[in-house]
Amino acid sequence: MEFDVVIIGGGLAGLTAGLALQEKGKRTAIVSAGQNALHFSSGAFGLLDAEDPLQAAKELPEHHPYARIGAENLPKYTEAAKALFGKAGIALNGEPLKNGWRLTPQGGLKRAWMTLPEVDIFPDKEAIKGHKVLIVNLLGYLDFNTSFLALGLEKQGCSCRIETLRLPEMERLRENPSEMRSVNIARVMDSAWIKVAAEIKTLVKDEDWIILPLVFGLKDATVPDRIREAVPAKVLFVGTMPPSVPGMRTQMQLKKAYEALGGTFLMGDEAISAKTEGSRVLSVSTRNLGEVKAAEFVLATGSYFSKGIASDMNHVFEPIFGADVLLDEGRSAWYDPDFFSPQAFLSYGVATDGQFRVLKDQAPMDNLHAIGSVLGGARSLELGCGAGVAILTALSVAETI
Amino acid sequence: MTLQEYTSSAHNFEECMKCTVCTAYCPVVPANPKYPGPKQAGPDGERLRLKDPFFFEETLKYCLNCKRCEVACPSGVKVADIIQAARIRYSKSKPKLRDRILASTDFMGTLARPFAPVVNGMTGLGATKAVLDATMAIDKHRTFPKYSFKGFESWFRKNAPDQTRFPEQVSYFHGCYVNYNFPQLGKDFVKVMNAAGIGVNLLDKEKCCGVAMISNGMIDGAKKHAAHNVAVLGKAVDAGRKILTTSSTCTFTMRDEYPELLGIDNSKVRDEITLATRYLYERISSGEVKLKFKKDYHAKIAYHTPCHMEKLGWGVYSVELLKMIPGVEFTLLDSNCCGIAGTYGFKKENYEVSQAIGKPLFDQIARVAPDFVACDCETCKWQIEMSTGLQVKNPISILAEALDI
Repeated sequence: MEFDVVIIGGGLAGLTAGLALQEKGKRTAIVSAGQNALHFSSGAFGLLDAEDPLQAAKELPEHHPYARIGAENLPKYTEAAKALFGKAGIALNGEPLKNGWRLTPQGGLKRAWMTLPEVDIFPDKEAIKGHKVLIVNLLGYLDFNTSFLALGLEKQGCSCRIETLRLPEMERLRENPSEMRSVNIARVMDSAWIKVAAEIKTLVKDEDWIILPLVFGLKDATVPDRIREAVPAKVLFVGTMPPSVPGMRTQMQLKKAYEALGGTFLMGDEAISAKTEGSRVLSVSTRNLGEVKAAEFVLATGSYFSKGIASDMNHVFEPIFGADVLLDEGRSAWYDPDFFSPQAFLSYGVATDGQFRVLKDQAPMDNLHAIGSVLGGARSLELGCGAGVAILTALSVAETI
Repeated sequence: MTLQEYTSSAHNFEECMKCTVCTAYCPVVPANPKYPGPKQAGPDGERLRLKDPFFFEETLKYCLNCKRCEVACPSGVKVADIIQAARIRYSKSKPKLRDRILASTDFMGTLARPFAPVVNGMTGLGATKAVLDATMAIDKHRTFPKYSFKGFESWFRKNAPDQTRFPEQVSYFHGCYVNYNFPQLGKDFVKVMNAAGIGVNLLDKEKCCGVAMISNGMIDGAKKHAAHNVAVLGKAVDAGRKILTTSSTCTFTMRDEYPELLGIDNSKVRDEITLATRYLYERISSGEVKLKFKKDYHAKIAYHTPCHMEKLGWGVYSVELLKMIPGVEFTLLDSNCCGIAGTYGFKKENYEVSQAIGKPLFDQIARVAPDFVACDCETCKWQIEMSTGLQVKNPISILAEALDI
């Protein structure tokens, strides 16, 4: 097979690049080895964990992907990101140029850049204080810890009451307690939400906030809003243990939008090796299709979890192209024995030049760009920039090819 | 020996991260609460079963072996292989007479075909269906595939145009369905190949690929078939011929289930077995083959990707070929299991689950309202035809009717 661009990796970065490139009229394919990090999404995207993220981006070291994009270029891509998701039918909450706050499953607040439609984003920390909160769970669902949530909120000056709903629609699921998972519940809730809304109405006393687990809106994205309309108090949805219902739906929406633009999504396929000539990639070989040729290649394979970056006892490497990896010399420098300290190994990833062209033997490959969490130097867990790096590097690279 | 060799298993269950993504994409879990789900039935259960076979549960039989868990797994765990291998290794339940009949597709075909008009008449009768339902637990809603009076092989030997006139030759693994039930697909295959300038050979007595035996626990039989097929496929490979197929499930079984589940070494033939759609697409895109289509062909087509086609990753070839036909209005249906899973849906105890699994697909087909559905799998065809009332055609048959010859 032959395409204009082959994108390796079908997560947030790969899909964003695919959408942007299809819109530009390129004929692209996405090779996706299994599902991706969207399935673990909190429902919120992080840009940078700082009061003024665009200002803070100016201070980042040169290896950080934002420094490669150039802090002055970030605003145009943050605006473009919101527009791109909007075209795919996903109305993100939040301001592209600012940070807000979102409620965590522990009842705390965490900075967020933009959120998926059902997740609230607050302009300031005060918005969460002093509420009367009714937290509602579903009987038998263990992946949503109501007591943690209540404890956290009480520290913010809220008062909380916890109720558990028992719905006949859920009884069949309860036959199999190990499968009382977010997604299985959400399948039932695409129709049973009406009963949840009705039950809540009878439970509300003087509460002004209702908090529900994020198990609504799997196939039908309108369900969370319809619950909001039906309930006489503000309804907030809070993330659960994986899989993430809004993340999974977002992946399906992005994939569908990509295919509607003519993109070819190769689910469950995997790039195994590459053929190169000098500084050009000629083709990649996938497990299912064999040789796939393209003029341009985009590496969006993710980090360790997605096997975009692999390691053994003494090496950290990029398995498809053997690209250069940014890392520290000597194994002892890779980690801090204090588990909760920022861990150096988490920042290791592919080395690129200023245009995200992948370096191999310290020289850039002409037609191979890297985007998203396969990139070295992002420190996304520490800096809270994982989704921002995925989306903004994808948009930046899509513009150059 | 490295650390990994001490700590890894045949189907890599230890690479499972417990993320539950497989369960989120399993078509059985939402339809049948008795099924423990792929994570529990697969890698979680395997850890326990390795300690003590006591932990094997017969509910693993509810797995369709559709492999959607493997397609979704971010860690590359062979979830469905773990489940099927556990059934083979630990299950104490013996296949019933019904299961043996459903699974012995070529044996039953040989028996039934000489009496095709009688058998077809009988299996179509409400009374027969009621008896089969009551005595054999074959669900009465099902329509048995019709048997063809004259098999594809005998048609080919007597009536196929001279194949030796083509310089390029391929071998065709037609499978039971083409031989006993629907020779027209085989005839269409010959027509399309010949139009592409390629001659067709049959194999030296192929047997059923064995997929139905695997799913009905008849492993010894499946192994015999696999060993036989690998030998006859090997002869074609020795003669320098590719082996082409028109069924995604036969293809997947011979390429991947032989080594993974049956332990039959197919390394010599595996990469030579390919779907005709893939072969054609590659020859067309390299410019070696040109097909001429009718100018007045019109069809609104919705393509369904069978589960084993999702696993093979080759749906893209069928899709691209169909899009090449001028006058085709094309829709790619969402990735959903149709629910039949070979013989699974024929069993009375599975009928309701089978239809519940397929419902999202049937609903979408009704919304799209195509002239007919396209699909590379014969059992999906039966299920979709029964459940939607629309005709289902193999992409090769669609090419055959659209060709200008």
